[in-house]
Amino acid sequence: MSERRFPPVTEVGMLSLALIVAGGIYLSAHLPQHVPLGPAIALLITSAVLMVINLLSLTRVPGFAWQRFADVAKWALLAYVITAGLIEYSFLQNHLRGGALVVLTLSLVVYAVHVPVLIGFTVARYADE
Amino acid sequence: MAAADVTAGPAEAPPHGPPAVPDFEIVPRKGLIPVALTFIALIVIIALDKLWSLEFLHVVFGSAWTILDLFLGFALGPILGSLSVPARIEMTTKLLPKMVLIMPTIVTVTLAAGWQLGNVLGTVQSSYPNHGWIVASYIVVGIMAVVALGLLEPANIGVLVELKKPRPNPVVIEKLMKRFIYTAAVTGVMQIATFVIMTKVATG
Repeated sequence: MSERRFPPVTEVGMLSLALIVAGGIYLSAHLPQHVPLGPAIALLITSAVLMVINLLSLTRVPGFAWQRFADVAKWALLAYVITAGLIEYSFLQNHLRGGALVVLTLSLVVYAVHVPVLIGFTVARYADE
Repeated sequence: MAAADVTAGPAEAPPHGPPAVPDFEIVPRKGLIPVALTFIALIVIIALDKLWSLEFLHVVFGSAWTILDLFLGFALGPILGSLSVPARIEMTTKLLPKMVLIMPTIVTVTLAAGWQLGNVLGTVQSSYPNHGWIVASYIVVGIMAVVALGLLEPANIGVLVELKKPRPNPVVIEKLMKRFIYTAAVTGVMQIATFVIMTKVATG
């Protein structure tokens, strides 16, 4: 199989996920004490930027199978929004509030969007083979 | 796993013809019912905030997660690799659609119920004496999550979509199945660390 060249979407996606996981661990490890949000915000922003870079890099791939990508990613998005919602519900039930809740919620948004992107990309990259 | 000729076997396919792949659903619709019921139970049990029911959910689903990872990575994976080509195709089209539903469900329930349980027991508080072990469990779960979400789950879906094509590409299937089995093995090894941490936390 002569494989087409693609940007390192999976690798960048894993790095992005690792960063929000690290931010979540940092915040969770300090509960219920007040914890400086700076490191967690920095990790979240870097993770979100990597997600945007991933999507932009896909737009630069000639002939990328966007239809196949969308067919798969939209259902994956639905599934991961539900799981993210359940985790968010658990946070809210435990009276997590303030900046930590905002950071963790946005981290869940990155998770719920980036994982479907990775699934859609894995399918779409082989769409024409 | 040597899945290189998963679609290229002579037993049920004419030479150079499309492989014989049984009909299957990538996401089994009937399976969505127990998944929905499980999530409803999770919501109710978290809202009730009772120790036994939270412990039940966390232990049962956490055990299922651990056992599945170990079984897939170290038992079923090597078996799949040694099956005949038609048997391998049949096994793949029956197993992987179920995994699409089972794995995200047990992971979500384990983590959400575990977080709530940790709040009830006080183990997630930084004042808890074994807090270092709890943080270690976050790290182990975090690594498993990144591997599973970034590699395993996309490979699972990718294999199924490829097998749905009129002419599945055996090289693509081999590549993605290898990724699926190897990452299952990695998370299986990480689950051994989970055993150590959770038994340590449970015994104080």
